[in-house]
Amino acid sequence: MTTTVEKVTETTAPATASKKKSREFSPWAVVAWLVGLGFFFPVFWMVLTAFKQEGDAATSPPTLFFTPTLDQFKAVFEQGIGPAMANSLFATGISTLLVLLLGVPAAFALSLRPVRKTQDALFFFMSTKMLPIVAAILPLYVIVSYIGLLDNIWALVILYTSMNLPIAVWMMRSFFLEVPGELLEAASLDGASLWRSVREVILPLVSPGIAATALICVIFAWNEFFFAVNLTAVNAQTMPVYLVGFIAGEGQYWAVLSAAATMAALPVILCGWFAQNKLVRGLSFGAIK
Amino acid sequence: MTVTADTETDASQQAVAERVRKIREAQDVGVSRAEGWRRRGPLLPALIFMIVVTQIPFLFTLYYSTLSWNLVRPGSRQFVGLQNYISVVKDSQFWTVALNTVVLIVVVVIVSAFLGLLLALLLDRAFLGRGIVRTLLITPFLVTPVAAALIWKTTILDPTNGILNWVLSLVGIGKVDWIGQFPLTMVMVVLIWQWTPFMMLLILAGLQSMPRDILEAGRVDGAGAFQLFRELTLPHLRRFIELGVVLGAIYLVNTFDAIYMLTQGGPGIASANLPFYIYQRAFLGFDMGQAAAYAVVVVIFTMIIASFALRLIFKSFSGKEEAA
Repeated sequence: MTTTVEKVTETTAPATASKKKSREFSPWAVVAWLVGLGFFFPVFWMVLTAFKQEGDAATSPPTLFFTPTLDQFKAVFEQGIGPAMANSLFATGISTLLVLLLGVPAAFALSLRPVRKTQDALFFFMSTKMLPIVAAILPLYVIVSYIGLLDNIWALVILYTSMNLPIAVWMMRSFFLEVPGELLEAASLDGASLWRSVREVILPLVSPGIAATALICVIFAWNEFFFAVNLTAVNAQTMPVYLVGFIAGEGQYWAVLSAAATMAALPVILCGWFAQNKLVRGLSFGAIK
Repeated sequence: MTVTADTETDASQQAVAERVRKIREAQDVGVSRAEGWRRRGPLLPALIFMIVVTQIPFLFTLYYSTLSWNLVRPGSRQFVGLQNYISVVKDSQFWTVALNTVVLIVVVVIVSAFLGLLLALLLDRAFLGRGIVRTLLITPFLVTPVAAALIWKTTILDPTNGILNWVLSLVGIGKVDWIGQFPLTMVMVVLIWQWTPFMMLLILAGLQSMPRDILEAGRVDGAGAFQLFRELTLPHLRRFIELGVVLGAIYLVNTFDAIYMLTQGGPGIASANLPFYIYQRAFLGFDMGQAAAYAVVVVIFTMIIASFALRLIFKSFSGKEEAA
């Protein structure tokens, strides 16, 4: 009982305090706003440049007032961003799905009271994340080309699944641990109706966690570059690989380059904004909520 | 007074938890074999998948590192023992690149942790539009690193039309070729821009998990703001900062995108780190044996950081579970 009382005071007290404080003017608020806008500026500049004509893009002093145009986005589509975007969507979507299919049951098993050796599996999952990816790329390249998956999007699907699975297992475990232990144990012991009790009791409780985990996986998979640049060429290139082509036109076509960069960055920015409250949990393997 | 009472109940709760755990473990041994496998069952697909995809390639890397093997020289796969490792150590470029790697990680982690701490402190107080400012601040971390590097390289750091040189020209500073003159520094600047939000998020989570009544009590006792920060806030944040530093280091060992886009490791190898250098060796030089030996060295290097990381993460887990 005492705990509930404490919780109530904890949640209400800061809320009222913040309401009072937010009406007061503080110089620190101005500082915070300036710093926030400063950090955001390169992103803002990227999006702004994407709506310029090439003539307004690379100028000094910079052009601030111009007639916005969608020409650059049209140009980007003419230059073949479509297939790259489809590849990115495919690799991100399928790998995230696989991560959830493999990771959620694993996390469930790891949040029950331990059977021998299951805790070692937790260590193992995390340790794979600490192996630098460069240590695996050579044999992966050889194996992937041997089985004919070079420049094939499925190679990336498999690798992105392995890249995100440890994060998902740890993150999902932290959500399962918030479910009352008795419920979890009951679900796991309930022999015949195991699947039913999982589906009807446990899954609804952890579904916000699943959504957050999926978003984190989407962010990492979409932004991944190292595997993509080494294992794909033309057919299976993803958005980050597509962007490399713009270095070639060095300094010439900033507007179209910004449009392409915007197209690449925007989906993840939106996912991240959406998942920002759970971002910390994913990044810290569930260690911090 | 409450503090002592809390620790006492904590201690007794811990003792109880310990006993319960032991009883459960004893039961687990008694759990039938079938039951044990049924509990492990859901774990196996993920486990097998991870072993196959991550461990087997690494074993191959170990094997490759003992071969003299150039992809463009057919029939060059001979066993040469530790020869590749000897040439790694003798390679003067290796030491430059290793140093770059360490400098890059240390500087980026420390600077972004420090900036992240300042930003977290700014955001911990309530003000109008705090949610929006937080959203703006985390955005650099979300931007596709390749896209971010591309934008920095052209629209911001470009010597003739970049906005940074224009801003500096207003205060009378001439045009600087940022990437040409300070390649490694510029890579670090972009990385710090991307990683400061990460540190801020972790530290902010720490600040917000701080019990307000302790700060209140300190204030009542007449402690100044700086004293409160040093004596109460910073010790509480320590765990979060440590975690941020270690996780940041682990992610940053893999730095590749920013170098690839901004400098291509150049001029020469002035701004290359180990992953980029290995990439060059393997995919531009086709020297698989050598590159594999470098990769193994990177793994050893990372394992040292990782051992700290694992300990820290588990410490914060056990800390939390005791508290719960």
